[in-house]
Amino acid sequence: MSEHIAVAKLKAKFATSVLDVKEFRGETTVTLKKEDIVAACSFLKKDLGYNFLTDVCGVDYLGQTPRFMVVYHLYNLTTKERLRLKAPVAESDPRIDTVSGVWSTANWLERECWDLLGISFNNHPDLRRILMPADWQGHPLRKDYPLQGPGRAPYQGRLS
Amino acid sequence: MGVEQTLGNNIIVTSLDKVVNWSRSRSMWPMTFGLACCAIEMMAAGAARFDLDRLGVLFRASPRQADLIIIAGTVTKKMLPVIKTVYEQMPEPRYVIAMGACACSGGIFDTYSVVQGIDEELPVDVYVPGCPPRPEGLLYGLAKLQEKIMKERNSFGAAIGIGERISEA
Repeated sequence: MSEHIAVAKLKAKFATSVLDVKEFRGETTVTLKKEDIVAACSFLKKDLGYNFLTDVCGVDYLGQTPRFMVVYHLYNLTTKERLRLKAPVAESDPRIDTVSGVWSTANWLERECWDLLGISFNNHPDLRRILMPADWQGHPLRKDYPLQGPGRAPYQGRLS
Repeated sequence: MGVEQTLGNNIIVTSLDKVVNWSRSRSMWPMTFGLACCAIEMMAAGAARFDLDRLGVLFRASPRQADLIIIAGTVTKKMLPVIKTVYEQMPEPRYVIAMGACACSGGIFDTYSVVQGIDEELPVDVYVPGCPPRPEGLLYGLAKLQEKIMKERNSFGAAIGIGERISEA
């Protein structure tokens, strides 16, 4: 399969910040430095027609550095092309710029990401919890969060 | 209890209690409150095939008109304040049926976000196990609650402000 059109243009424009490009079963994933994520997203939306942000999610690779990865799934409604962007985020500084100025749907998607993984988004207009109760402590989708909650002894197996 | 002294005659008290208990147990109006898949079975129990209406069980859309709340499904910690508010809005006497494994014990959801049994927060009268219980199971639970209500003592006295209702179960 030939290289994705958007990848060549991204590489040309953001040569220093494209860390990795992967093709797998027709899906293209571009890993970018987090400093350039807003610029790259605006470019992809305005010049390449990726007008729909399908999802923003976070991944916790506990034990690896950088620990977190923020994943953006983009869709071009005209050409029906998809593109996945990834940006690594370090545990020591778990923040990345918001793309809610590019696609306004990112507002809620980034709130979810912050709520469950504790990755905070700079310049976000309304960074509140969206799924967990407003007074919740901690970010439960982090791999080091106890499954049964902080207040309980962990499950040791049915027969213990 | 001061019931015997005020009303004087034990036999009359008992029979009035019986009338009150009979009317309460034959017109248990549950709050319409479904939380998860158990609510589907609860709706099926209310629909034509099982027909809860024939038992005087009419679903009400307001807690002010309800005697009974069927906790039908998984109770999350985020939903808990809502359930407690609805329960507190119900007039007394009020009853609680925990329907299904999740409402009884948290079920398979042994996680940070799920309440491990509604009995941590509300006084449950009848537990209906199952995942989800069939409508027959819910019907049996309602029959058990009717039995429990019929065994209550001083329900008339409590209704006119003398003493407390005594429930033995």
